[in-house]
Amino acid sequence: MAIWLTGDEYRTLTAVCERLIPADHTPGATDAGVADYIDGLLGAFSFDPPRIWAGGPVSGRFGGPGGFAGFHHLTALDEMAWRTRIEGSLGRPEREFNGPVVGLQERYRAGLAGLGADFADCSREEQGARLYADPDFTGLVYGHACEGMYGAPEYGGNRDGVGWSNIGFAGDVQPRGWSDREVSEP
Amino acid sequence: MTADAIIVGSGPGGATAADVLTAAGWSVVIFEKGRNHLIDLEDPGRLLGDYSNDEIKFIDRYFLGPDPFLEPRTFRVGPDDGDHAFVGEVNSIPSTVGGGGTHADGKVPRFREEDFAMLTSRGPQEGASVADWPLDYSELEPFYAEAERMIGVSGQADANPFAAWRSGPYPMPPGPSMYGSKLSAAAAESLGYHPYPAPGATNSERYDGRPACNNCGFCAFFGCPIHAKGDPVAMLQRALLTGNAELRPETFVSRIRTAGSRATGVDFIGPDGVERSMDARYVVVAGGAVETPRLLLLSGFDHPLIGRHLMTHFQTIAVGGFAHLRLHGERGRAVTELQDDALIPDEASRAAAKEAGLPWMKGGMVEHGGPSLPILEAKIYPWGRSHKESMRSSPMRDRMWAFTMQGEDLPVATNRIDLDPTIRDVRGFPVARYTYKPHRHELAAAAHHGPRLAAILEAMGAGWTSIVTSPGTAGGPGGRTTEHAPMSRHVMGTVRMGTDPATSVADAHGRLHHLENVVIADSSVFVTSSGYGPTLTLAALAARSATAMVG
Repeated sequence: MAIWLTGDEYRTLTAVCERLIPADHTPGATDAGVADYIDGLLGAFSFDPPRIWAGGPVSGRFGGPGGFAGFHHLTALDEMAWRTRIEGSLGRPEREFNGPVVGLQERYRAGLAGLGADFADCSREEQGARLYADPDFTGLVYGHACEGMYGAPEYGGNRDGVGWSNIGFAGDVQPRGWSDREVSEP
Repeated sequence: MTADAIIVGSGPGGATAADVLTAAGWSVVIFEKGRNHLIDLEDPGRLLGDYSNDEIKFIDRYFLGPDPFLEPRTFRVGPDDGDHAFVGEVNSIPSTVGGGGTHADGKVPRFREEDFAMLTSRGPQEGASVADWPLDYSELEPFYAEAERMIGVSGQADANPFAAWRSGPYPMPPGPSMYGSKLSAAAAESLGYHPYPAPGATNSERYDGRPACNNCGFCAFFGCPIHAKGDPVAMLQRALLTGNAELRPETFVSRIRTAGSRATGVDFIGPDGVERSMDARYVVVAGGAVETPRLLLLSGFDHPLIGRHLMTHFQTIAVGGFAHLRLHGERGRAVTELQDDALIPDEASRAAAKEAGLPWMKGGMVEHGGPSLPILEAKIYPWGRSHKESMRSSPMRDRMWAFTMQGEDLPVATNRIDLDPTIRDVRGFPVARYTYKPHRHELAAAAHHGPRLAAILEAMGAGWTSIVTSPGTAGGPGGRTTEHAPMSRHVMGTVRMGTDPATSVADAHGRLHHLENVVIADSSVFVTSSGYGPTLTLAALAARSATAMVG
């Protein structure tokens, strides 16, 4: 189930991400859980600590304990910054020291609605036309989709590392690193 | 309480000053406005495990700060843009314990002798304030050597024929060269250039209790998960272990308090949001060349040159595509080779300067390679059916190689940091406004050197090449309108040092002419910009200034 999006929004967003980063003979956005990454960002404060910054120093994929899974606690200021970025300033004076801020939740809710409730069922051509008609929102989603496809799996996307394995990128390699030979030779 | 010295900022400048002062027995309080992810402050022998190979955290989510919502900056090319043309992230260096040293890929070359005497060696330029520094290379050399030892620098002393003289070898040999860098260095040599292993603040062997770098590739923009970068963790850790230093993160210094011709301490706001004051015999300001002049201006200091002569490095970036190669630039330390040929005048650059109507022209160090990260790459490609194929064939990452020239940027009085008239930070203080337009010297140097860098890529076998600059220039290098803030994080020169209080703000030991117990310990004091990364030089200057403080 979605964390913050409604079921219909999640279905539309999944279709949007698949249209932006479609599967070919290799996995695409749906396989990688890119919509879950975005839903996880929009709902980051449903978790304690909020899922903003994954922990360190290593993920466990190349040995060592899986520290990425333990997200960082936020300071009061950082919580305010990320809540404002995600929820918007909502008229609260402490968030509006340089004016009102439209949050990601509002942009996604409006942007997905603008694409139409039938988006997931439209033809590729129709989907493309609707995405091109709202370049600001499409650009916003594409940037997040790239993060969800090629970022650390602990954030909800790049499921099982399919974003990395498919492009020959090893991902986070600590504590192994690379040998001198792997650095210097073809 | 009264400290011997308050240090504002925990980056390479403040950390170096703290190391020197605490070693001499001074009590020091270091204020850092960012969070601490570096050192266990209860047990400074232990380094934290918060850094990671995580592109989302470090690139997309501001883990090292500053958060551009909490602490924005503004940018404009000039007054024609009005109060500002842009609000947000402008040329930000990390705001965290360790400052800019935490995110750098750790190239730490020394300047050359000439860089301290540009007016004498090259002469004036119309529209710029070219001047000699109030000290020369030989006065700084012992502190360069000390800074290299403090940080732990790896390098090869005889590898760069243009390097300044050295009193001794590097503390460590260079680490392994990256594959692409070996190819680009061979191509450069075939054309008569002189590439050399970049002096690095990355351990090539175990040093000072910290491990050798294992070349994970998440170097530029990232904190080091294994703490193989010595800059400035080594200095901070040593200072804290003396027991003479206290480090207070999440604490913003809002004002330097003065009485007559002396500073008495600072006002600060800690994590609880309450404003307090602390007294000190000395105030050392090391916030970097943007935040340092901002603090002086917030304090009401009125020297007319505070904030002026802001310099960055004008970047000329040549990229080339190699359909037949996989360059795996994600293995290694982002940049492992440099070349200095563009700093040295030759017949061609003299002719180019003459043709551009300039008395002389100087480029900068050229970096072979650069960071190689998949999210950054993915955002370059168009969305849709071609996306996955683009990522697999990777024309803009795994099959691309780049040169970045960090071009000498002339000091121009109208390029400056001042306080933005309307934008505030989260604590309610005016933010820094960055006003910058390159001198035509920089554009001419980019136009001259860019094609030469592209020619090296062609000799390396590139199927295509392209040249861009930062800041961007409409109509390509040589065009007149800059469009964006410079990408370079090398910021310098806003609290210029010199011997004459009429033409400089600080003296040769970083002391403000009008407040001699306020000492500037960062790249703000630079007189000219050199074309080399500023970190080692600012650390050497901080060591020299702190040494003078303790007598």
